[in-house]
Amino acid sequence: MSEGSGPATAMVDRTWPQSLTEVPYWVFQDEEVYKAEQENIFHGPFWSYLCLEAELAEPGDFCATFIGGQPVLVTRDHDGEIYAFENRCAHRGALIAMEHYGHAKDFTCVYHAWTYNLQGDLTGVAFEEGINGKGGMGKDFCKAAHSPRRLRLANVHGLIFGSLNNDVPPIEEYLGQEILERIERVLGGRKPVVLGRFTQTLPNNWKLYMENVKDSYHASILHLFFTTFGLNKLNQKGGIIVSENGGHHVSWSAINREAEAASHYKDQKIRSDSEYQLEDPSLVDSFSEVGDDITLQILSVYPGFVLQQIQNSIAVRQVLPTGVDTTNLNWTYLGFEDDSEEQQLIRMKQSNLVGPAGYVSMEDGAIGGFVQRGIAGASNEFATVQMGGDQAISSESRVTEASIRGFWKVYREAMGFSIEEEA
Amino acid sequence: MMDALNLISRTQGYYVRAIDNGPIEEWPEFFTDDAFYKVTTADNYNRGLPAGIIWANNKAMLKDRVSALKEANIYEPHAYRHMLGQPAILEEDGAGATSETSFVVLRVTGNGPTEVFASGRYLDEYIFTDGKALLKVRTVVCDSSRTDTLLVLPL
Repeated sequence: MSEGSGPATAMVDRTWPQSLTEVPYWVFQDEEVYKAEQENIFHGPFWSYLCLEAELAEPGDFCATFIGGQPVLVTRDHDGEIYAFENRCAHRGALIAMEHYGHAKDFTCVYHAWTYNLQGDLTGVAFEEGINGKGGMGKDFCKAAHSPRRLRLANVHGLIFGSLNNDVPPIEEYLGQEILERIERVLGGRKPVVLGRFTQTLPNNWKLYMENVKDSYHASILHLFFTTFGLNKLNQKGGIIVSENGGHHVSWSAINREAEAASHYKDQKIRSDSEYQLEDPSLVDSFSEVGDDITLQILSVYPGFVLQQIQNSIAVRQVLPTGVDTTNLNWTYLGFEDDSEEQQLIRMKQSNLVGPAGYVSMEDGAIGGFVQRGIAGASNEFATVQMGGDQAISSESRVTEASIRGFWKVYREAMGFSIEEEA
Repeated sequence: MMDALNLISRTQGYYVRAIDNGPIEEWPEFFTDDAFYKVTTADNYNRGLPAGIIWANNKAMLKDRVSALKEANIYEPHAYRHMLGQPAILEEDGAGATSETSFVVLRVTGNGPTEVFASGRYLDEYIFTDGKALLKVRTVVCDSSRTDTLLVLPL
C-alpha cells in the first residue's frame, strides 16, 4: 500500500498465481506464512480495528486487545485523548494489563512493579535507586527511552483503528471515500451503546473467515434465514463495492418486492429458499435503520475488521488469528443511545441472527473448518474464485467473488510473494 | 406436594435428557409461555450487558430454535452431555422458587472426541403448577467468554 517500503519479511521464494482467480491452499496451512503475516500484515502499513470510542468513555478506561498476535493497550487519558501502546512491559516483557476492559489510574506491571501512565510512558521503576545506595539501576538508565512503542491511531465515526507501522497512509486515504461513506451511513453522528460481547473461536485460518465475509455469492445459498425471509437475496436491489486497492468491501441489499415474487431461487432448486416458517415471526420485523431502504450492509476493512448491518442487528467483528488454523472472532453487538424501547427489543430479538448461535452466523462459524479440513493434503492445489470474472472491482451484481479477489490482490503484494510469469 | 428441591431437580433432570438424548422438541415444554431464556457469558452478565448468544422472550422463540436446528441450519452433527450440580434454592414459596445450578456440558462433534464445551450456572425462576416446576426465567451464564465454533443445541 505504501510505495517504496516493501514487506518486512518478503516471501520471494513462494510463487503466487498471476490470475486473481487462483488461491493456493498452502496459504491457509503454512506456519512460515503465518509468521510472515505477523510482520508483513499486522505489523505492516495497515490499519487494524482496536475498539470503540464508546468503550473508552471516561478518562482511565482501557481496553486490552490485539493486532494479529501483538497485545496492545488502548486508553483514554485525562486530557480526553485516546492513546494506544504495546501491552508489554519494557523490563522483561510481561503483559502490563490483563483485563479485557477496565479502568485504571495508571498501570503497574505485576512482575517488578514498573509503572506506566495512561499514555504509556514509563514513570516508575521499583527500587530504581537501590537500597541504602546499593543495587538499583545504573546512572545512565533513562526511563523515557524505555516506554512501550506507541501506535498510530485513527477514529472513524467512533471506530478506533491502530497501526504499528509508521508508513501507514492516513485513514481517509486508506479507506477511500466510498468505504468512509458506508461507515458514516451506519455510525455517523450516532452514539453507540454496547449490548454484548461474544468471542467465537473458529477452527480455521483467519483468511478463510475474511473470504467468507467478502463472499456475497454464498450468503443466500448457505443461509436459509437470509433467503426464506427475504433478508438478503441475490436478486434484490444491491451491489458490491470493492475499494480501489481491493482490500476493503461493502456488500449491500435493499428491500425489493419484485425480488420476492421472482422465482430465481426456485429455478436453481436452492435449499435455502424454503417453506420454513417461524412460530414467532416478530424476529424478522424491523425498522428502517437510518431512514433508507437498505436492510443489509456488510463492510470489511483490510485486514480483519467487519461492520455489519443485518436488518437492525448492528455489530462490529474483530478477526484475530491465534494460530495457523485457529481464529478468534470477537463480536460486539451495538445499539444507539437514542433507541426507543421498541427498537431495543427488536435489536435483542435480531441478535439471534448473529454471533456464535446466530441463525445466519453459526453457519459461517462452521464453514471455515470444513474448508480447513477439506484442503488437508491439497497444499499444491488451488481454490478457484472466478464468479463475476477475474477483476477486483465494484459491481451491481452480487453473483461475484470480486471482493475476495480484492483481498488476495492486497495480500499477495503485502506478503511479497513472487508472482507467476504470464504463460 | 413435593418440596422445591425435588420439583426443580425433577424438571432439570428431564430438561437435560430432552437435549442430550432427545426428543429435542420437548425442550420448550419445560418453560412457561411467557418465559425468558438467555445464554450469555459471565463477563456480559457481570457488566449488565443485555444481549445474549441466544435471546428469547417467549416459548414460541424457543420452539423456533428447535425447528431451526432441525430444518433450517447447516452444521456438523453433534451431541451434548449435561452434568448438573445440585440446585441451590435461593428463595421459595408455595408458588415458585429461584435457584442456581452449576453445569458442565461435554460435546462430541461428528466422529470426534468428547470435549468440554461449556461450564457455567443456570440462574432460574421456577413456577410450580400442577405438581411441576416450569421455568419462567432461565439465564444461562457460561463461565468462559469464548464459544468454540458454534452453539446450536441449547444449554
